[in-house]
Order: sequence, then structure tokens, then C-alpha cells
Amino acid sequence: MKKSDFTILIADDDPDYLLQTVYALGKAGYKTMAVESQAEAESVIERFKPSLAIFDLMMESDDSGFILCYKIKRKYPEVPVILATAVSHETGLSFSLDSDREKSWIRADKYLEKGIRPEQLDQEVMKLLKI
Amino acid sequence: MAILKVLVIDDEPGIRSGVSRILNTFHVTYPFMDEDYTFKVTEAATGEDGVAILERELHDILLLDNKLPGMQGVDVLEFIRKRNYDIVVAMITSYASLDVAIRATRDGAIDFIPKPFTPQELKSSIENITKQQYLKRITHKMQQEGKKIRYQFLSVLSHELKAPLNAIEGYLRMMQEKQAGELVDDYATPIERSLQRIQGMRNLIMDLLDFTKIRLERKDEKIEEVKLKDVASGAMVTVQPYAIQMDVTIKLNILSDVVIMADPADMEIIFNNLVSNAVKYNKAGGTAEITIGNLDGDAVITISDTGIGITKNDTENLFTEFVRIKNEKTRNISGSGLGLSIVKKVVELYHGTIDVESTPDVGTTFTVKLPKKPVDLS
Repeated sequence: MKKSDFTILIADDDPDYLLQTVYALGKAGYKTMAVESQAEAESVIERFKPSLAIFDLMMESDDSGFILCYKIKRKYPEVPVILATAVSHETGLSFSLDSDREKSWIRADKYLEKGIRPEQLDQEVMKLLKI
Repeated sequence: MAILKVLVIDDEPGIRSGVSRILNTFHVTYPFMDEDYTFKVTEAATGEDGVAILERELHDILLLDNKLPGMQGVDVLEFIRKRNYDIVVAMITSYASLDVAIRATRDGAIDFIPKPFTPQELKSSIENITKQQYLKRITHKMQQEGKKIRYQFLSVLSHELKAPLNAIEGYLRMMQEKQAGELVDDYATPIERSLQRIQGMRNLIMDLLDFTKIRLERKDEKIEEVKLKDVASGAMVTVQPYAIQMDVTIKLNILSDVVIMADPADMEIIFNNLVSNAVKYNKAGGTAEITIGNLDGDAVITISDTGIGITKNDTENLFTEFVRIKNEKTRNISGSGLGLSIVKKVVELYHGTIDVESTPDVGTTFTVKLPKKPVDLS
């Protein structure tokens, strides 16, 4: 399969991050679908199965991203999910998906800090989509 | 129902069983406690036995006889002090001389129960100790929560400061790598968006400065007579360009010409924030109305808008730092999430109150009441 056969759902309430991610993934060759809220993402998931999803952590609520991960995995367990956030290590609020305990409650396949370079993002997406 | 564990160390069996009998059916309750306290008594006949029990199981209260067959009461106190146990000790002794009392208090005992004691004497001692334990625990809990709140503030602040930087950095990278084309015109949106994010960040930094000012500065020396009408007019001038852009009319009603003893900069913070919010969250063709009046010696300021309104649920967290109501209607409205928390802090500094009433899609009214007399700002 080529990259243009994959549709990536991106949910982020930061319009700039959304625009840049859509742009970067589009340029890399993927189809994209962008929404600006947890509510919109939920309604998209109801009727459409994306190839991969990228969720911002904090949208309407502080844990919107976790909730979306949980909901999409319940409906489509095979769809890979990336959790993206600007919450950083120095705040002490950081988490990773390295330990089994974290994996058990964060239903994401990959956790990325925002500010990642387009080519890095493409790499991670290719890995998850097994391209 | 909380249970406090009591250990009684006394070589007289009658005293030990008396304490058990009295306390096992006793409970302490106060209006300010959120639960009753009951007691579970363990008995030890010697200091050695008592210490062994303490090593096995933490107790809340120790009733300690000083005159014991082997290890003495003061030795038990010494042991507790060295181990840093969190336990309240009351001495029970018939040999309560001043000398023993002084040494025991220095070593950590907080109360004396003379032997022989009546059930009522024991109960009132235990009641006091329980109250102290309760207050100690509440204080400890509140200190921990205070730490938690500061920690949340920093992590959210870091998020709010980094988000615009990430956005701008992303756009600059697009330009650096000429991702959208060779011409400057190909980057009109990234440039416009970057400028907007920079403005947003500047606003956040200004709000943060206000925020730290109210937290740190003592302003007694800046108190003067302030005419609220002048402050309101100033806020109108400041917000006017934005109001024209938003097609919102600002009106000012002066019911009485209120003069208040305050730092004018504080009054500006209140008016500028509330008036600019009344414009920002309004609808095209709407109005923002400032009313200044008197009620029972207080200055009463209301600022009403005909805007998008706030649901009852959302009003609860409205004054919390960095809380912004996120929904379809507020999506394109930018803000630091600090404005109203700053206003509330300033109002409270003057021992005033701020209230909000709102109907979604109809409008919102903020009412600020400030004492006109000077207040101690420390």
C-alpha cells in the first residue's frame, strides 16, 4: 500500500498545530482529516475508521486525548494511535509508554511531544502503519 | 467514623482496664470535624511491652504512667522522640511532681492526667488531644494541597507558554525549508498566524505580570481616592478600538459618582479585564454596559454584555487560573485564561466580592462589590 491509501485523523484544538500537522502529513503523501475538538473526533470515529489517529491530550478537558484513545481502541482495536502534547518533562507531569503500568491505562501506541519535525513524524507514522 | 488507636502503659491492672472501659465506648465529635472519632485501646503493663507494641503498630495516642517497674515513662518518651513517631503522649501518674512534668513536657508529652482520675477527667483530656490531632492532620492536608495547586499552576503555565512557541517554530521551519513555495507570498497564512500567536503570548505575559504583582506587592502606600467613573472611562478608551472592530457598543451608566480608597492600578485591572471580556464574548451589534452605584456603603460595579453567555456548569470554574471555557462559540476567541482569576484576586484583596450571572446566548453580568473605606491590604 502507498501512503495515499491511508487516512490519518488528527484532533487538536490548537489551530496552528493542526494546520502544520495536516500540511506535513499531506506533503508526506497521506490523506488527512482534521478536527478541532474531542466532540468532533468522537463523531468522526462513530462513522469512519481512520488508518491512524493523532490526538492532542488537552482539548475540552485535560484528559480529552486519553478518552479518545480509549474510545477509538474500543471501536477499532487495530487502529494505531499517537498521543501528542506540549506538556513536558520539566513540569513533572510527563508520562511515557515505557512501563507496563503506563501501557495498561494509556491506550496509545505512541506518545509524542509537540514540536516534532515533519520527517520524524512521518517516520513514526510509517512505523505504526508498517509501511 | 475514624478510629484513633490508644496505647495505655501502666503497671496497675485497674487503671488499664478502666481506661479501656471508658474509651472503648467514648466518641468525640465537633461541628467542624467531618467525622466522629472513636477509640481502640491496647494495654501494656510495662515500658518494655509498650515499646514493643509501638514498634509493631503505630498508635495515635499514648497514655503513659511515669512510674513503671523496669523502663520508666521518661525512657519511653525518649524512645518515641528518637524514632520520630507521630504520637500524642499524655502522662498518667500519681507522682506528678513539677520536676517530672517539666522533663516529660520537654520530651514530648502534651498533657497530664492525675491518678486516680474520674471517667470525666479522662474523657476531657482525650477530647482535647483528639481536637489537636484533628487540626494537625487538617493543616498537614491543606499544606499538601497548596503544594499541589502551585504545581498545577506551573505545569499549565508551561503548557500555555510552549504552545505558541511550538506553533511559531513550526511555521518558521515551513519557511526555512521552503515547504510551501519559493515566494514570501506563499507564506501569508503562516506569517499572519505567527504574528497572532506572538500577540497572544504577549498578552499572557502581561497578565502574568499583573498576576505576580497582586501576589507579591504590598500596596498600602499607593492607596488614594479613586473616582470609579474615571477608571471606567479609561477602560472604555482602552477597549474602544477593539469594540469598533467587534461592532460592540460600550455604554456607561453612573448612578452615583463613587469615590473609593484604592490603588488606581488595581481598579484599572478590574475594569479593563471585565470590559474587554464584555466586548470579546459579545455578538456583532451587541452592547457592553458598565454601571456604577452605591449599596450599603459598598461601591457596586456591574458589567453586562449581550453575548454568548456561560452555562451554569461553566461558571463554577470561571475564576480559576487558566480555565477557559472551550466550546464551539469560544473556539476562535483567544485569551490567556488568567484575566478573571486576576480580577477575583484583586477584588478579594479589597475584601470585596465578585459574582456572575449568565444566560447562554443572552448575555452575562458580572457584579463587583467593593468596600469604599480603606482596607488593610496585607
